[in-house]
Order: sequence, then structure tokens, then C-alpha cells
Amino acid sequence: MIVSGVAHSYVASDGPVLSGIDLTIRPGEVVALIGRSGSGKSTLLHILAGLIQPSEGAVRIGGTRVTKPSPRWIMMFQAPSLFPWMTVSQNAALGLRYSGQSTGVEDRVADVLSLVALTEFADRNVQDLSGGQQQRVALARSLAPSPEVLLLDEPFSALDMFTRQAMQQDVRAIAKRLGLTLILVTHDVSEAVLMADRAVFLKSGAGIIADDTTVDLADAERELSSTAFKTELGRLNAIYTTMQSS
Amino acid sequence: MSLIADIPKTRNFPNMGKYRGLMNAFIGMGGLLVIWWLGGRAVANDPDMFAFADFAPAPTMARLWVMVTTGEVLDMAGPSLYRVGYGMLIAVVIGVPLGILIGRIAQLREITNIPFQFLRMISPLSWMPIAVMGFDTWDGAIVFLITVAAIWPIVFATAAGVRRIDPAWIKVARNLGASPLHMLTTVILPAVATDIFTGIRLALGVAWVVLVPAEYLGVTSGLGYAINDARDTLEYDRLSATVVVIGVIGFALDTLCQKAIGRLNWTRST
Repeated sequence: MIVSGVAHSYVASDGPVLSGIDLTIRPGEVVALIGRSGSGKSTLLHILAGLIQPSEGAVRIGGTRVTKPSPRWIMMFQAPSLFPWMTVSQNAALGLRYSGQSTGVEDRVADVLSLVALTEFADRNVQDLSGGQQQRVALARSLAPSPEVLLLDEPFSALDMFTRQAMQQDVRAIAKRLGLTLILVTHDVSEAVLMADRAVFLKSGAGIIADDTTVDLADAERELSSTAFKTELGRLNAIYTTMQSS
Repeated sequence: MSLIADIPKTRNFPNMGKYRGLMNAFIGMGGLLVIWWLGGRAVANDPDMFAFADFAPAPTMARLWVMVTTGEVLDMAGPSLYRVGYGMLIAVVIGVPLGILIGRIAQLREITNIPFQFLRMISPLSWMPIAVMGFDTWDGAIVFLITVAAIWPIVFATAAGVRRIDPAWIKVARNLGASPLHMLTTVILPAVATDIFTGIRLALGVAWVVLVPAEYLGVTSGLGYAINDARDTLEYDRLSATVVVIGVIGFALDTLCQKAIGRLNWTRST
């Protein structure tokens, strides 16, 4: 994914939310966009998903210019926003249905539901599920069309701490297994350290202020209790604090 | 716990356990019959009014039985149900898409708001002379009056439902590549199905009320015609039996709508 010279202003606001954003993300990389609220990280993610057209610049994924949403790049939101009149498997099948796929839908849905450990809930109404399970359905729904890039907009912030941590580890594991490029937006540095290979820091009005901070942790060390995790979290927190105050 | 204990319990008297709903319905219907019967007695005992004694429950029910067994009820109700069904169908075909557009497009909502509220407040029956002039057949005029009566509740209920749709659902569907048709069939229509049927239920209530006076127009069939005819031939038992038929069919149609609303309702009662 290549982002070149992206800038964006909302009509009603007085200044640009984003300006001069250049970013290259390798296939299969897990990248965290970190910034405070108002830093434009969520706007950038919406642009990457094709849900917002940037005022300037362009985004290319595998050579294709992103101008609209596509099954190749799918965004997952803060709230699961499942359709309450549908079952778990009907919700998960939505993207496939929209892309006109008629064969193999059931098998694909079964695959993604097993990936998020919800096979036994396939025929249940989504309103019967817990918040964490609903977010898993949303993940299955995003994975079903086999996207190359998955964009996450603080998708675990509404979950309790234990569920959140389990989801963070599972999503990273799933992305790595499928070779997905994962781009997640967060204001929580520990989430970035748990999930990402690389951290990109954004600052309100200044755009990207550091885009090559590698998160140097083995998968086994991505645990809140591990010493290596704590050291890495401390290092990234220090960078973040320095960047924000400079 | 003490807080809950402080709340006085709702009293159901007398205590009838699981048959409460059924028993209360019987009490209500029984009460209505008693009032009807007392009215019939009073009319029969009044020297000025005794000619109308056939309005009482006993003659009415006896006549109703004859009307049911001879198939007269079906002959009367058939044309009326056809007219209401036709008028309702047109109201739904125009009203639902219009309601969706008004709910989705703010500018259209602003443009149509005043004219529609103005038209809505006009009694459907005041269109009667225009309907008679505008349509070749009496049936056409009646269907038009029913459509005019039924369209507004459907338009407004649909539009209100569409406005309440969670914008996140639209965003999710768009993000997953939904076409406008997908958006309509998988998000908008399922989300507002109960609103549409609530509108249809209200519309059916109005349409059924408008039907009888509309059938006073030149037609020679239907429940409204039957009432007029019974009055002219001084068959008051037939007249009141027809009133009972109108009430029973109206109640049945409303119950069907309620059942449909119950089935389409996707919100979980907690």
C-alpha cells in the first residue's frame, strides 16, 4: 500500500485535518497508527478504506488506486454494527452476498466462523451474543471476502480488558496466518505494542511525525505480563511523549 | 431489594391466573352486549321508537346467522374487501418508496413537509365529488378515496422508520461493497419493516372507516351499500347484523397486521 501526499480538510472545519501524508506499507505488515483524538488518524483510515476521498494525494493498494470501498480492503469499526434481524452466519456472509458470489458462500462462512471460534453460534441471532462475540462476528464478516488489507478503527475499545486482550492476540494471529496487511488506529500505545510490527505516530496539524518505529517483539512476548513487552511499551511511550511535546 | 419491595404491585382483580387475558376479553365483550341489550329493551318499550326494536342483539344475531348460512355475508364483504385491498395496494406501492425517499433525502423531506401535512389533514371523504367526476366507474372512485385515506400513515411511518436507521449500518454495508439495491433489500427494508406494517395497520383502520361512507356512492354491492339498502327497506336487523360484520372483519384485519408486526419485529424484548 502506497500513500502519497494525502491531505484532507472537512468543509466545515477551518484547517486541514491531514496534510502531506506519505506512507508505504508492505504486504502482510501490521501497522498501528497512533495519535490523540483530533490527530486525523481515523480520517486517514477512512481514506485508506475508500470511505472518504482525500482533498489531495492518492492511495494505491497493489497498484490499484483506492477511490471507493472494495472487498479487497475492508474496514472494521469501533462498534460491531451487526444487523440485528440476521443470524451470525447471515451477518458474516454479507460481504460475499454484496460481491455477487453465489457458490461456496456457506463453506467460506463456516471457515471464517471457525477462525473466530464462533462455529456453534452460526444460527443464533446476533442479539443473543456478548459484546466480544459480536465483535468476533464483525471480524468474521470483514474476513469473509478474503481482503488483502484489513483496516481497524479502534475496534476493541468498547470491550472489557480481558476480552480486548484476547481479541488483540487473536486478530494478530489470524492476520499473520492469512498473510493479511493489518492497519489499526489506536490511541493506546500498549495496543500497538501488543499487535503491531510497526508504529506510525500522528500529531494533530503535523501529520506523521514518526513512521518507522519498529515494534521489536516476538509473538510469544506479546503478553501484558512479559518483561520484553514492558520494556518495548516503555520505549514507545517515551517516543510518543517526546513527539507529542516537541 | 428494599427499593423493589417499596413499589406497589400492579393489581389484577379478580386474580384469574393464566386465563386473565381471555377472561378480561370476555368481560369486555359481555359488557358491550349488556349495554346493547339494555338499549334494545329501552327502544322496544318506547312507544315512539318500538319500530326500531330489531336493532336489539337477539334479532340481530338471528339475522346474522341467516346471512352467514346463506352466504350473504360473503357476497356483501367480497366487493368491500376487494376495494379496500386494491386501494391499500396502491397506497403501499406509492407510499413505501415515497416514505423511503423522504426519510433518506433531507431536501425532499423539507420540500414535501408542508404540502403533505396539508393534504393529510383533509378528510378523505371531501375528495368524494372530485373522485366521482374524475373516475369512469363508481368502483374507481371508491378505490381512489381509500388510497387517499391510506397513503399518509404509510408514507409518514415509513419515513420516520428510515430516519431512525442507525447510520453505522449504512456505513458498514457501504464498506462491504453494497450496491444501492443491496442497501435497500438488506438494510433499509428489513430495518423499517415493522414501521411499514405499523403504517399499514393505521392506514387499514382509516381505510376501513372510509369504506362504508364511500360505498354510499352509486355502487350496488359491498357493506356500505348493504347498510344503506337495509335502511331503505326498513330491515333493521339486517342493518345491525351488517354493522357487526363490519366490526368483525375490521377487527380481524387489524389482528392480522398486529401478527405481521410481531413477526417482523427484530428488537429483543428485555
